[in-house]
Amino acid sequence: MTKPKVFVTRQIFQEALDMLSKEADVEVWPDELPPPRDALLRKTAGVDGILSLLTDAVDGELMDAAPNLRAISQIAVGYENIDVAEATRRGLPVGYTPNALTKTTADMAFLLLMAAARRLVETAEAVKAGRWKTWHPLHYLGQDVHGATLGILGMGRIGLEMAKRAQGFDMPVVYHDVVRRPAEDEERLSIRYAPFSDVLRESDFISLHVNLTPDTRHLIGRAELEMMKPTAVLVNAARGPVIDHDALYDALKDGEIGAAALDVTEPEPLPADHPLLTLDNCIVAPHVASASVATRRLMSIMAAENLIAGLRGERMANCVNPEVYEA
Amino acid sequence: MPRPRVFVTRAIPQAALDLIASEADMEVWPQAEPPEPALLRAKAAAVDGLLTNIMDRVDAQLLTAAPGLKVISQMAVGLDNVDVEEATRRRVPVGYTPGVVSEATADQAFALMLSAARRVGETERWVRRGGWKIAFHPLYWLGAEVHHATLGIVGMGKIGMEMAKRGRGFDMQVVYHSRSPKPEAEALYDARRVDLHTLLRESDYVSLHMPLTPETQGLIGREELAMMKPTAILVNAARGPVVDSQALYDALKDGGIGGAALDVTTPEPISPNDPLLSLDNLVVTPHLGSSTVATRSGMAVLAARNLMAGIKRQRLPQCANPQVYRGSSL
Repeated sequence: MTKPKVFVTRQIFQEALDMLSKEADVEVWPDELPPPRDALLRKTAGVDGILSLLTDAVDGELMDAAPNLRAISQIAVGYENIDVAEATRRGLPVGYTPNALTKTTADMAFLLLMAAARRLVETAEAVKAGRWKTWHPLHYLGQDVHGATLGILGMGRIGLEMAKRAQGFDMPVVYHDVVRRPAEDEERLSIRYAPFSDVLRESDFISLHVNLTPDTRHLIGRAELEMMKPTAVLVNAARGPVIDHDALYDALKDGEIGAAALDVTEPEPLPADHPLLTLDNCIVAPHVASASVATRRLMSIMAAENLIAGLRGERMANCVNPEVYEA
Repeated sequence: MPRPRVFVTRAIPQAALDLIASEADMEVWPQAEPPEPALLRAKAAAVDGLLTNIMDRVDAQLLTAAPGLKVISQMAVGLDNVDVEEATRRRVPVGYTPGVVSEATADQAFALMLSAARRVGETERWVRRGGWKIAFHPLYWLGAEVHHATLGIVGMGKIGMEMAKRGRGFDMQVVYHSRSPKPEAEALYDARRVDLHTLLRESDYVSLHMPLTPETQGLIGREELAMMKPTAILVNAARGPVVDSQALYDALKDGGIGGAALDVTTPEPISPNDPLLSLDNLVVTPHLGSSTVATRSGMAVLAARNLMAGIKRQRLPQCANPQVYRGSSL
C-alpha cells in the first residue's frame, strides 16, 4: 500500500513533521509567505490530508480540486479560513488546536493590557533614544492596573483565564457574553455578568475574547468606543475585524479612549504606514499571542496528531465538526 | 509669627502643593532637571523643610549648611540619596512614602517580566519598521511561557508580596529569598523560602525587590548570573546597583541568561550609548515603578503631610528614622 500524501502549508516544529513522515509522504511549503492560491490548489490536488494555517483559504473550490482529501488539520484555535460547512457536507473532518494556546494567549492579552496602562513600549523607546534625562514626579504617568475594573467581552476559555489573572491584581471583573457562565464560575472568579453597554461604560480596561463571526464583526465601532471612559484601555487579542479600525483611530486620536493594545489587526499584517502606527497610545503586536516555544510546539504536535487520526480514519482528538463521525 | 518656608525640589501633583501652600511659603523648583548640589544647599539653608526626590543628594554637607532644617520629606520609598544616619545624628526627621508605591511598583515589575518573556518591545518596533510582512508564521517571535513557570522573588517585603500574589494568578510557582521567613507569603501564595543560590538555579523569572544597602550592592554579579537558567529572565525594579551591569551585559550577550527587564539602572539615566541598550533581549524603562497618576498623587500627598508635620514639630506620619523622637514627647 502506498503511503498517503499530505501537504503542510508552512514550516512547523520538526518533531511534528517527523511524526507525520512516519505515516505519510509529507511536502512542506518552504517559504515564509503562505502559498499563493494557485500553488495551494496545485499542491493539494492529489493529497489525502492538508495541515493548514489561518492564512490559507480551504474552501469548496480547493476541496473540489482535491478529490482524495480525507482530513483537514488546522494549526490554530480559530478556523474562519476553512469552509467547515462544505467540509462537513463532504464528510471531511476538520481538526484544530483548542486549549493548547488558552493560557499563553491570556498571558499575552494581560501583557498588552499592562503595557498600554504603563506606557511600556513608549517609555522603553524613550530610553533607547536618549530621551531619559532625569527622574521626574510628573513624567510618563500611566494608569494603575491594580484595583481597576476589567471588562471582558466573551467569557470563553481565554476570558476565564484573563479573569483569573486579574484576581492577582485585585481587579473587579465584569463580563458580557451571549451565554452567561454558571454561578460556580462566577463565584470562583468573582466575575459579574452585565449587559454589553454596562461593560463598556464601567470598565477601565476592556479585553476582547470573542470568536470572529458575522455577529462580532465590528462589535466595537464608533458608538461602542463613545460609551467607554476617556481613560479606557482597549485590548484585542481575539481577531482584528472585531474592531472597526477607522473608528478606533479617531477615538485614540481625539482622546475618546485612553489607549489600545492590539495583537490582531485588520488587515494582517498591518501596513507600516497605517495611521494607528503613528499614535503613541496604540501598541501593535504581530499576532503573537500563542507564540511561546512550548505552546507552538504543542500546537504543531496536536495538529499532526489530528491529521494522522484523519488519515487513518480514526476520530480526531480535537475536531471542529464531529458530526462527520455520526454517519 | 512668620509662615514657615519650604523648598520643593520638583513640580509634584497639585493636590500636594495645595496642601503645603495652605500653611507655608513654598518655592517649587520649576525645571525638569534637579537643582545643582550647591543651589540645593543654598535653598535648604533658607527653609524649614525640604521635599525631595531620588535625584537630590541630601548629604552631610547639605545638612551642615542647613542647621535650621526641621524636616526632610522624600517623595519615594527608597532613601539611598539621603544620608539618614547623619540626619538622625542631627535629629532631623526624614519622611518617606512606603506602602503607597507597593502595588504600582509590583505592577510595573510584572509588566516588565511579561514584556521580556513575550518580547513585546521588540515585536512592536518590528511592526512599526515595516517588518511585519507575513501575517502569521508558526515559528516566528517565539517567547517564553509565563503561566506555570517558577517565579523567584528576592526580598519578600511589601512589593515582593504583591509580586507573589500576581504570580499566583498566572499559576506560577513562587520561591523567595529573604532574611526572615514570611509565613503570610507561604500561607497565601504557597511561596517556598529557599537560599539565594537555590532560587537562582530554580527560577524561570528572578525578580529583585530589596532595598539598596551595602550588603545588596552588586548582589547579582557574574557568579549569580552563571547560576541562573540559560532561559531565565531577570527583572529589576528595585535599585540599579543591586545588579552588576557589566556582568549582566556579558550574560545577556553570551546567552548566559535569556533576557532582562530593568526599571532601574546604573547610572540613572542610563546613557543611550550604553552597550546594554544594544541588546534585543533587554528592555529598560526609565524608573517608572510608581509612575501612575493615582500613585504619584498618593506619594506626593503623603510627602506633603510628612513635610507639614515636620515643620510644625509634630511626629511624621511616615518617618524613616523614628529614633529622632527618642526621649521626646512625640
